[in-house]
Amino acid sequence: MRDSRTIPSTIEYERARIEVFLVKRSLAILLTLVLGLGVVLSGCSGASKDDSQAGTDVNAQKPTETEPVYGGQLIYGMTQDLVSLDPHESTDAGTRCVVFNIYEGLVKPTAAGDLVPAVAESYDISSDAKSYTFTLRDQIRFQNGDPVTIKDIEYSIHRYAELSGESSAFSLALDQVTCPDDKTVVITLKQPDSEFLSQLTLAIIPDGSDPVQNPIGTGPFKVDTYKVGEYLDLSKNEYYWVSGAPYLDSVRFKFIADVNTAFTELQAGTIDVLNYLTTAQVDALQKSAQDQFRIVEGNMNLVHALFLNNDFEPFKDVRVRQAMCYAVDRDAINQFMFGGKSTLIGSHMIPSLQTWYEPSCADAYPHDVQKAKELLAEAGYGDGFELTITVPSQYSQHVDTAQIIADQLSEVGIKATLKQIEWSSWLTDVYKGRQYEATVIGFDGKLNPSDWLAKYGTNDSKNMTNYSNAEYDELLGKALAAVDQGEKAAYYKQMQLNLSENAASVYLEDPADFVAISSRFDGYYFYPTAAWDVSTIYMVKE
Amino acid sequence: MKSVVNKLISLIITVLVISFVTFIVFSIIPGNAAIAKLGVDASPEQIERLEEEMGLNDPIVLRYGKWLLNALKGDFGESLQYSGTKVSALLSSRLQVTLVLSLLSMGLILLFSFPISLLCVRHQGKWVDALLSGLGQVLMAVPAFFLGIMITYLLGLVLHFFKPGAYIPLSENPSRAVLYLLFPAISIALPKISMTVRFLKSSIQGELSQDYVRTARSHGMSQGKVLSAHVLKNALIPVITFLATIIAEIMAGSIVAEQVFSVPGIGRLLITSISARDFPVVQAIVMYITSVVVTAGFVMDILYILVDPRLRRK
Repeated sequence: MRDSRTIPSTIEYERARIEVFLVKRSLAILLTLVLGLGVVLSGCSGASKDDSQAGTDVNAQKPTETEPVYGGQLIYGMTQDLVSLDPHESTDAGTRCVVFNIYEGLVKPTAAGDLVPAVAESYDISSDAKSYTFTLRDQIRFQNGDPVTIKDIEYSIHRYAELSGESSAFSLALDQVTCPDDKTVVITLKQPDSEFLSQLTLAIIPDGSDPVQNPIGTGPFKVDTYKVGEYLDLSKNEYYWVSGAPYLDSVRFKFIADVNTAFTELQAGTIDVLNYLTTAQVDALQKSAQDQFRIVEGNMNLVHALFLNNDFEPFKDVRVRQAMCYAVDRDAINQFMFGGKSTLIGSHMIPSLQTWYEPSCADAYPHDVQKAKELLAEAGYGDGFELTITVPSQYSQHVDTAQIIADQLSEVGIKATLKQIEWSSWLTDVYKGRQYEATVIGFDGKLNPSDWLAKYGTNDSKNMTNYSNAEYDELLGKALAAVDQGEKAAYYKQMQLNLSENAASVYLEDPADFVAISSRFDGYYFYPTAAWDVSTIYMVKE
Repeated sequence: MKSVVNKLISLIITVLVISFVTFIVFSIIPGNAAIAKLGVDASPEQIERLEEEMGLNDPIVLRYGKWLLNALKGDFGESLQYSGTKVSALLSSRLQVTLVLSLLSMGLILLFSFPISLLCVRHQGKWVDALLSGLGQVLMAVPAFFLGIMITYLLGLVLHFFKPGAYIPLSENPSRAVLYLLFPAISIALPKISMTVRFLKSSIQGELSQDYVRTARSHGMSQGKVLSAHVLKNALIPVITFLATIIAEIMAGSIVAEQVFSVPGIGRLLITSISARDFPVVQAIVMYITSVVVTAGFVMDILYILVDPRLRRK
């Protein structure tokens, strides 16, 4: 059984990225009005308040007993554009979610968070974790029918290294790629790195090809038409190596500029799937169109937090940061924003990555106004201080969360105000420039723990919070060097505890993700990494 | 003739000034296309390489000069967010949509505003007039996006006249595309119809108090005949100016309607391009909008000179 919540993992590593909820703010209130009107028009105005509370529970995670048939087209709505079809380019999570269906690496992630051989049939990691040996899968072909050769693998690895840049973790680790025979590829590293396997999910593309002009991979779907800013049409890869997959003949990823428009299109049946629904939208669907949709519930795989700039004067004192953690009521936020469906966290790691996750952090700071006040008084901020929370205006989830937090902070005397800025400005000023006091954002990451945790290293270029802790730096060094997985996990867990004890930031939750899929289809699975796998989705036999 | 040349020169200067201002503004706002494209995961080298590739490191004046030279040759460069896509190719498919949408909206405005104005004038002070004027007030006051949502909801989700978001490209099925575009066109046209009716009505009423109307009536001409044969013609002159600004406004892309109805026109492209800091695309669209507005004004000026002998003498 595939269940995103039970995840055994043996996994590996690299860097991190921010991702974001694709929920725009603009028309939310008016939409609620319109939906309210809809309830009246469809004669359901008698629904009691209790119904609306219970709404989100119906259908969620219900085991499905549907029977698949082959064929059909699925229209997948998404409220963002693709950045690039080049799988080796650095892109955002939304783009990676889509591209996941086109390309595969030597290994690929599963819904459970494991890495399984894909283009390679098997692999072997030397005991010093310095050399990775892959055997090419027999008979595997690209979507154009050409067989995959070790030349293609060599080309892909070198192209990825080049595009990632010399200072990237990948290029720094890679020593050389050799091919002892035409079925075997050996990747040698400069230093032992047991997390390196997760890097080898990098897409294998034909030797010499340019995926921007001619995107070809070994994934279950091949690119038919890409109309920039409008849609991407994929069709079934007839040469796909997994027999019986995929079910669908074709998939269209449709880019819809506005979140509310996307929801309207879902209700109208113009699109079949939509991610990142709000609890209000889930309620609306279940009232007006319960039979038309399945609601699948999972997590967004994000560390959603109020990130603190540790160089901001009051936050230089650990007691002030701890006071912030006590002052923020995460339960209230979870209730209000996600109907209580999110998983609360207390450090920078998502619970789905079970091997690396330290569960005890989650309860480190219960909501305690009195304690927060005491800590502030001790630190000399008994009268509070003024705080600006900078948030990207485009993402209502962050803005709303920041609003609730500002309100909660006022109880301990901290006068927080919101400053909304546009996304590109956020990237430049807050993320790259670190010109902020506090910000609400969600970070996603890959399957390797260093991708999540390396960014708190004192000298890391992505250390947005300016966190600096000698013990942490030492642990990070040890964790990266460790070859044994148990030993490695122990270090990463200590690092999470370190972040929690020193209140590096106010960690909130891994937000609940509600996906609506037309009841004509079934087979949606959540991945603990950026992937919308449409190969498992099928049309339901009537 | 001299005044025409003068106007033409000022038109060109306006376009140039606006192109320069857009360029400067775009250089000042935080963020650039490379950072917007690569997000937070990119290594410094990746960003540097892309900035170099996109030519973002050259001095502003040099970049503007390069852009202007190519633009004069009709080459607006390549889009930064969609690498490998020509701006002209991106724009031309979008322009078709906006053009059809504009024509439809304009058609609706012309089709409805004249009969409604005449009806209101004929029944001035009666309930028909009161009802239509009241409705007009409401339509003018409602924000465009809300009107769009209401139309999508009522005509799309409740009455199933159309399927929201199921726009079929013009190239695939022109008649169905036009049918779909009719609904955003309605949302664009409704407030504009109200405005035109209001304008036309007061213009007609002004004409009705003129002496020639009384003369015509005293000669036994019916009220309806006087309205259509004499009054309307004279009342139309100020209204034409008003319609010209509306044409410019609609042609420039009905950003909100395109967004709400999920129509791939230039308005939608403009929004995504601004957030992606896709300068060449933004610049090209701004140039297009400027040209439309300025040209519409220019054509109006010329028409006036042709129509009104008093202006010609000056």
